[in-house]
Amino acid sequence: MRQRFEGSAHLIRLAVVAAAFVLLFLLIRRAVVPAGFGQYGHFRPAALKEIAAREPVFAGREACAGCHDEIVQAKDKGPHAHVGCEACHGALAVHANDPSALKPTLPVPLHLCPTCHEADAAKPKSFPQVASLTHSGGASCVECHNAHQPKL
Amino acid sequence: MESLVSGVQGFMYPNEVKLQWSLLIVLYPYITGLVAGAFILASLARVFDVAVVRPIYRLSLVTALAFLLVAPLPLQLHLGHPERSLEMYLTPHRTSAMAMFGFVYLWYLTVVLLLEIWLDYRKDIVLASRSHTGPLKWIYTALTLGSQDISPRALHVDERVGFAVTLIGIPSAFLLHGYVGFIFGSVKANPWWSTPLMPVVFLLSAMVSGIAAVLLVYQASSLLRRRPIDMNCLDAVARYLFYVFIVDFSMEMLDLIHRTYEAGQSFHTLDFMVHTRLFVSQIVLQIFGGTLLPLSILALTLAFSLSPAVRRRLYAVAGVTTLIGIFAMRWNVVIGGQLFSKSYLGYTTYKVAFAEREGLTMAIVLMILPVFILWALVRLLPPWDESRAVENL
Ligand code: HEC
Ligand code: HEC
Ligand code: HEC
Ligand code: HEC
Repeated sequence: MRQRFEGSAHLIRLAVVAAAFVLLFLLIRRAVVPAGFGQYGHFRPAALKEIAAREPVFAGREACAGCHDEIVQAKDKGPHAHVGCEACHGALAVHANDPSALKPTLPVPLHLCPTCHEADAAKPKSFPQVASLTHSGGASCVECHNAHQPKL
Repeated sequence: MESLVSGVQGFMYPNEVKLQWSLLIVLYPYITGLVAGAFILASLARVFDVAVVRPIYRLSLVTALAFLLVAPLPLQLHLGHPERSLEMYLTPHRTSAMAMFGFVYLWYLTVVLLLEIWLDYRKDIVLASRSHTGPLKWIYTALTLGSQDISPRALHVDERVGFAVTLIGIPSAFLLHGYVGFIFGSVKANPWWSTPLMPVVFLLSAMVSGIAAVLLVYQASSLLRRRPIDMNCLDAVARYLFYVFIVDFSMEMLDLIHRTYEAGQSFHTLDFMVHTRLFVSQIVLQIFGGTLLPLSILALTLAFSLSPAVRRRLYAVAGVTTLIGIFAMRWNVVIGGQLFSKSYLGYTTYKVAFAEREGLTMAIVLMILPVFILWALVRLLPPWDESRAVENL
C-alpha cells in the first residue's frame, strides 16, 4: 500500500488544499445563504414579508378626488379619463396623506407627453400619436392643450 | 424621444430599439474562444504526442490561462455588481443555462487548466523555489504546496496524472466553448441564433482563433526574446490552423446554405440584414477578409515551397486576419442577432459608445489586459523549451 502512493505526496497535499477550499466554500455558503432560501422559489422566503410590510407609494385614483375635485371632473370628461393622475404626476401617497409634507413638482409637458404620444410604428394605429418635433415645433404641449382635458 | 427612435427603420417593438447586449458581450465569446482554442491545441499535441509542436505546448497553456482570467470581466462590466456573481455558486440556479455556466468556468479553470499547468511545471517550480530568494522564493515555495519531491517516481506520477487531466481537458474545453454557442443556439425566439449548429460553429471557430493566437504569440515572443523560431513547429501549427479553418468554414457555409435553401419565415429579414447593416462585418470582414484571405494565404504556403522568412510573414498576416475574422463572426452573431425586430418588419442600429463602462475604450483595455497577464505569467512560469528544468537533477 505504501509503495503504491510513493511519489504522490504532493498530490495528496493538493487534494488537502482542494478540500480546504471546498470546506471554506461550504462554510461561507452556510453563513451567507439566507435561511429557507428556495422554499417557494429561487428567492428568500422572508423577502415576501418585507415587501408586504412596505408603505405603498401610490395613493390610487380615488385619493385625489377629495381635494382636487375640479381637475378630476375636467379629466373625466376628456380623453385622459382613463389615465390615472399618478401616471403623469408620479407616486404621491405622501402628498395625499398630508399635502404640507410634500408639494409635488409639476411634470414638464415636453418631456412627459411624448413618452406616451410620440409617433412609433409599433403602437396601434388607433392610438393618437404625433411626431412631437414637427407637431409642436418645440413649444410646450400645454400652450395649446390642457393637460387634464387635452381634446381641442 | 426623437433621438431614441432615430436609427430605426420599419417596425420595431419599443424594447428592441436599444441593444441590450453590447460590445462587451461580443468580447466574451471571443476571449473564451481563444482560451478553448489554445488549450485544445496544447492538449491534442500532448495526447497524440506530436513532437514537432512541443515548443508551443506550455506557451499555449499559459496563453489560455491569461485569457481565461480575463474572460469573466466583460460579463462583470456588462452586468455591474460583480459581488453578486458569487451568488451563482452559493445558490445555484439549476434550470438556467447561463447560471450553470459559472460551474463550467470554474471546472475548466481549476480542475483542468490550473491543475495541468501545475503538474507540468512542478519540477520547475520546486527548482525555482530552491534557487530564488526574497518574495519570489515565497511564491514558488507556496506553489510547491510544501512538497519538494521531484524524484523520477514523483515526476512519473505527474506525467500520468497530467495525461489524464489532458484527456478530461479536451471534452472540457469543448464544453466550455460549445456551451457559449449553446446559450445562443437555444434562444428559440431568435432565428439568427437558434440553430443546433451554433455550438459546433462556436467550437470550431474557437479552435481557429486559439490556434491563430498561439501562432502569433509564439512568433512575437520569439522576436522579443531574439530567439530563432522553430520553423517545423510553426509550419505544423499553421497547417493545423488551415485544416481546422476549412472544417469551420464548411460548417458556417453549411449553416448559410441551409438557411438560404430553407428560406424560412425570417429569411428575408436576415437576408436584408446581411446585405445592409452587416455587409461590412459579415461579407467583407468575416467571409472575405477574415476567412478566404487567410485560407488562401495558408494554402499558398502549403502549395509552394517558400523561404522561412516569407512563410513567417505570411503566417503572421494569416494569423492577424483570422483573429479579425473570428472577432467579426462574434460581432455578427451577438450584435446581428439584436438588430432586427422579432416582428421581422424592422431594423435598429447599434452605435458603440466610447468612454463608457461598456464602450470601446473598455473593450480595448480588456483585450490588452491578457497580454500583460501573459507577460507576468511567463516571467513566473517560463514556457520556453530551453528553460525547462534539466532532466537529470
Ligand atoms: C388632502 C387633500 C389633498 C389630496 C388628497 C391631494 N392633494 Fe394635491 N394638493 C393639495 C394641496 C392643499 C395643494 C397645494 C399645496 C401647496 O401649494 O403647497 C396640492 C398641490 C398639488 C399639486 C401641485 C400644484 C402646484 O400648483 O404646484 C399637484 C400636482 C397635486 N396636488 C396633485 C395631487 C394628486 C395627483 C393627488 C392624488 C394622488 C393629490 N394631489 C391629492 C391637497 C391634496
Ligand atoms: C396626462 C397627464 C396628466 C394627468 C393624467 C394628470 N395631470 Fe395634473 N398636470 C399635468 C401637467 C403636465 C401639469 C402641468 C401643466 C402646466 O405646466 O401648465 C399638471 C398640473 C396639475 C396641477 C397644478 C396645476 C393646475 O392645473 O392646478 C394639479 C393640482 C394637478 N395637475 C392635479 C392632477 C390631478 C388631481 C389629476 C388626476 C385627476 C391629474 N393632475 C392628472 C399632467 C397630468
Ligand atoms: C400615460 C400616458 C399618457 C400621457 C403621459 C399623456 N397622454 Fe394623452 N392620451 C393618453 C391616452 C391613453 C389617451 C386616449 C387615447 C384613446 O382615446 O385611445 C390620450 C389622449 C390624448 C389626446 C386626445 C387625442 C384625440 O384626438 O382623441 C390628446 C390631445 C392628448 N392625449 C394630449 C396629451 C398631452 C398634451 C399630454 C401631456 C400633457 C398627454 N397627452 C400625456 C395617454 C397619455
Ligand atoms: C401650437 C399648438 C399645439 C401645440 C404646441 C401642441 N399641439 Fe397637439 N394638437 C394641436 C391641434 C390643433 C390638434 C388637433 C388637430 C389635429 O388633429 O391635427 C392637436 C392634436 C394632438 C393630438 C391628437 C392627434 C390625433 O391623431 O388625434 C395629440 C396626441 C397631440 N396633439 C399631442 C401633442 C403633444 C404631445 C404636444 C407637445 C409635444 C402637442 N400636442 C403640442 C395643437 C398643438
